[in-house]
Amino acid sequence: MKLVIAIIQPHKLEAVKRELEAVDVNLMTVTNVLGQGRQKGLTEIYRGAKEAGGLLNKVRLDIAVNEDFVEPTIKAITKGAHTGGVGDGKIFVVELAECIRISSGECGGGAIG
Amino acid sequence: MNSGDTAWVLMASALVLLMTIPGLAFFYGGLVRRKNVLSILMQCFIIVCVISLQWMLFGYSLAFGPDFHGIIGKLDWIGLAGVGATPNPDYTKTIPHSVFMIFQAMFAIITPALIIGAYAERVKFSAFLVFTLLWTTFVYDPLAHWVWGVGGWMRTLGALDFAGGIVVHVSSGISALVLALLLGKRVGYNHRPIRPHNLPFTVLGAALLWFGWFGFNAGSALAADGLAANAFITTHIATAAAGLTWALVEWWHNGSPTILGAATGAVAGLVAVTPACGFVNPMNAMFIGMIVAVICYIAVAIIKGKLGYDDSLDAFGVHGVGGAVGTIATGFFAEKAINAAGTDGLLFGNAHQLYVQSLSLIVTVAFAAIMTFVIFKIVDVIIGMRVEEHNEIVGLDLTQQSEAAYTVIE
Repeated sequence: MKLVIAIIQPHKLEAVKRELEAVDVNLMTVTNVLGQGRQKGLTEIYRGAKEAGGLLNKVRLDIAVNEDFVEPTIKAITKGAHTGGVGDGKIFVVELAECIRISSGECGGGAIG
Repeated sequence: MNSGDTAWVLMASALVLLMTIPGLAFFYGGLVRRKNVLSILMQCFIIVCVISLQWMLFGYSLAFGPDFHGIIGKLDWIGLAGVGATPNPDYTKTIPHSVFMIFQAMFAIITPALIIGAYAERVKFSAFLVFTLLWTTFVYDPLAHWVWGVGGWMRTLGALDFAGGIVVHVSSGISALVLALLLGKRVGYNHRPIRPHNLPFTVLGAALLWFGWFGFNAGSALAADGLAANAFITTHIATAAAGLTWALVEWWHNGSPTILGAATGAVAGLVAVTPACGFVNPMNAMFIGMIVAVICYIAVAIIKGKLGYDDSLDAFGVHGVGGAVGTIATGFFAEKAINAAGTDGLLFGNAHQLYVQSLSLIVTVAFAAIMTFVIFKIVDVIIGMRVEEHNEIVGLDLTQQSEAAYTVIE
């Protein structure tokens, strides 16, 4: 089991969801986050006080998948979120030790999908 | 008695109340961080409650009661004794004395509320309450008597302050600077600019201030007449000029016009035209608006950063500096053709008026600064003006009021 964490541009969320659903990945957790990458943020000014590089709005997806879904998930996210410019985001894949479905108590790979 | 005048001043009183709540409350409330927004709303709201009672019990009598050597009003009108439906010809013959009293009550309310901008996000609520009551009693009430009370020494000297440039804005602005210096900076200030948590609130508040200010300035004519109309128009023109000028200046200086800048400029314009509105013509009101926007911009965006004091919401930079600009500008642009009860300023050949305005300004600054210093020290020793650092970091809403403005999780 793996946990796929993707940081994407907010306006790409719908496209990424469509691509994920096309490869039968339907379960995800989505949060609003702030961040900056190589492109840095935009300058903000309040009554002359400047803050260079304020953080930008991003969307984070947390998706738990079984091994054979890892590659399709990464491909779907990449396809949906790609523009080719800076700020497209990142995908992190980490080992997942356990997964438990709260309603039934079911554990492991069967509890993921 | 004149029913038109009475109706207008009653209406204007309600408009001035609107300036404090919700106008100023939301103007300031939007500028602080989300953990402190309720503390600002609470401070504005409770000032309305406390000062209304102070004014009824003894404040009005101290400010406008029978004169005692030009310094203070006598306590003959304590509890509003004798302040009823019969007009007081010393102030105006055409409206009930009680209507004049309640109109002035709204000025006494907003003045200490303006100071909130200096100590926002770090003052202890109990200390704030005591400070506000003492400040209104020992700074505002005497000043109002000096400038507006019959027999008051500045009024006798001939100082022009149509709606409160000296009494309201210079007094609160300079006190705000003293408080900001005595209290010290907020935790974390200087490491990064502290971002406003809700600029739409601030713009809403600024718009309500603009609206309510018609009551403040045009109401100060104490009649529904041509002078009120002139004050209404000069107020509007100066504000429009100042809002536009600020936005253009920062566009040129920083590369972007901001809504916070336009709103701040508009408030600076309202402040500066306050002493002048009943004495100047619309063209000169426009110049006052343009001048004050440039000067306040320099004070807030450049000088404050260099000097390093933390006037959190620029109560001094906008009200103190703007009030001073307006007071001096009145000595320059005033003309008898607009208001026969006033005098001509320097531009119309009377240099003496500029001297009177400057003297009144300097005395007010010295008086308000010294009194604020003394009151601060007394309250600081007895209660402690500033919250503990831990409480400041957690926020005043939770630590002073045990409530939070926004839920993050349902």
